[in-house]
Amino acid sequence: MDFYGALQVALPEAFLAVSALALLVLGAVTAARGAILVSVLAGVALLVAAVLAAVGPLGTAFSGGLVADNASAFAKVAIYAMSAVAVLLGAGWLERLKARQFEYPVLILLAAIGMGIMASSGDLISLYIGVELQSLALYVLAAFRRDDAKASEAGLKYFVLGALSSGLLLYGASLIYGFAGSVKFVDIAATVHAGAGTGVLFGLVFLICGLAFKVSAAPFHMWTPDVYEGAPTPVVAFFGAAPKLAAMVLFARALADAFSGAADQWRQVVIIIALASMLLGAFAGLVQKNLKRLWAYSSIANVGYALVGLSAGTREGYQSMLVFMVLYMIDVTGFFACLAALNRNGKPMETIDDMAGLMRERPGMALAMTAFAVSAIGFPPFSGFWAKFFVFKAILAAGYVQHALPVGLAVSVAVVGLVSSVVAAFYYLRLIKVMWFDPAPGAVDAAPADAKGIAYAAALFSFPVVMVGLPLLYPLAGVAAAAFGLG
Amino acid sequence: MALQAIAFYLLAAVTIGAGLLVVTARNPVHSVLFLICAFFSAAGLFVMLGAEFLAMLLVVVYVGAVAVLFLFVVMMLDVDFSALRAGFVRYLPIGGLVALILVVEIVAVSASVASHGAAAGAAVLTPSHDITNAEAIGRVLYTDYVYFFQAAGLVLLVAMIGAIVLTLRHRAGVRRQNIAAQVARTPATGMRIVQIKSGEGLSE
Repeated sequence: MDFYGALQVALPEAFLAVSALALLVLGAVTAARGAILVSVLAGVALLVAAVLAAVGPLGTAFSGGLVADNASAFAKVAIYAMSAVAVLLGAGWLERLKARQFEYPVLILLAAIGMGIMASSGDLISLYIGVELQSLALYVLAAFRRDDAKASEAGLKYFVLGALSSGLLLYGASLIYGFAGSVKFVDIAATVHAGAGTGVLFGLVFLICGLAFKVSAAPFHMWTPDVYEGAPTPVVAFFGAAPKLAAMVLFARALADAFSGAADQWRQVVIIIALASMLLGAFAGLVQKNLKRLWAYSSIANVGYALVGLSAGTREGYQSMLVFMVLYMIDVTGFFACLAALNRNGKPMETIDDMAGLMRERPGMALAMTAFAVSAIGFPPFSGFWAKFFVFKAILAAGYVQHALPVGLAVSVAVVGLVSSVVAAFYYLRLIKVMWFDPAPGAVDAAPADAKGIAYAAALFSFPVVMVGLPLLYPLAGVAAAAFGLG
Repeated sequence: MALQAIAFYLLAAVTIGAGLLVVTARNPVHSVLFLICAFFSAAGLFVMLGAEFLAMLLVVVYVGAVAVLFLFVVMMLDVDFSALRAGFVRYLPIGGLVALILVVEIVAVSASVASHGAAAGAAVLTPSHDITNAEAIGRVLYTDYVYFFQAAGLVLLVAMIGAIVLTLRHRAGVRRQNIAAQVARTPATGMRIVQIKSGEGLSE
């Protein structure tokens, strides 16, 4: 493929990169006055990139480093759209803080490029560069309120632990390169099909550990609660959603495109990580008082459910994982938009007790948060139910129908998943109880329009729009999952 | 051949000697200077291997940037190096153990490579005599790997933006020179004539 053709395949990322540079210059020239303009343009650029990713040509470019297929198109549309929502939420938040910094939307744009590179990586180099570009921008965003001690702590913790996980990732990548003789997923897949040696598997385990860190799956989750609690709420709304999908797609791509020949080996590791995440997310969440910490544990549990879909190792499993992540992204963004909108006497409401009497004070917000909690429990017909339903259906089908894994194992994974979601129901129900029945300690400030709009839109999606959206989303995810190189 | 051997032993001896002096020199500034010396002679070793690009990188990146940065840190920050060195004897056993493990690992890896263990799957690259290796790297770096090259550039851009966002402060109350305001001053705006009564001062 010539350079022009390669550039067309890479058009969404190239467009975003050029926009990020242009907006950086625009921001530097106009300073604080142009911050709103930069935010608006960044949001528009992300939406344009989403359209480009959806309609752009498919193919492999830059000697296999960039793969544009249906899976990457699906992921990129979701990632860029969610990043645009994060730009909108962040712009309103900065405006209210009187801290008009144009770097915020630019950093989100750069993180989105990193996520795009991750979603369409075709070898170990683009895997690493994508992860690094995305995480470096997120470290800065987490510490964006540099005068806030908690935010600085969150940024530093995220950075140090993220650097550690990058080390694990690189160590695994170097072992795989050494023993497989290539960094390209295609060549690694050929080597693994011929017989995976201990060296390659060793590298694979390290690679999985590094990626598990990025999706915050147990036992590599330690950074999540602290970072979620310390980082500004709109930033958490961003990195609780799109980067998780990007990392999951990268995870799926590495396992399916490069290591489909070693599916029996990686399935054990992924199942252990998935079980640990679901159980830890459910049980550790029980003692949390702070809602941001609580939702951090909830995200650990939810990543566990998505990994269950991945561990099925079938096309249906991958499809269910993609559907799960998209539905989860919308829920989590809506929830954090609620938290960003709610203040009592100018102080952000962040603990469960703060939510007391919300139903009487702000019935709209309380209903939205109730929708997210009910959806997170997995109560039909909310979107969270459908997400979990497809994942469990896929793992059971992988056991009973496709015989990809032992029936007993498939059933026990599904049972552990159900048990942990019943345990987790306790803390979601407690939140609902506090909001609906406890007396309010004081008046809640009026919610800003942008955050309220995002929260209501996400709540309406969670139910009833999901009933219309799902019949469209599910086949699309199926087309996307077919693009993964499953055996 | 003899000249090459002499050059190799000279450079190798200087590298090892400078390396030893880095850790034993009392003055930290001298340590950094010896480090630069070690880098230079290691670059010479790379040139002898025919890897002149690596030699250039070593000089440009390590001597030009990293070592100078060290020198700045050593000279600007008030680090008490004698305090850092205080536990030398106490940590000698554990340090020795770590060093021993590293030596065993190096030997194991070398033996494995010598018996074509780990890298057996990879094709052995034969050096081409037509082009220099800087040119060979440049040919793939800006064609096959241009995507990674540009993406790595974006990573560095994010690092730069991050450093500015997290450290640059616009302090209130800082008086910067405003040349236009200075030039626009007239005697009328710059001077005030006050009649002071005798025996009293003027308080502002």
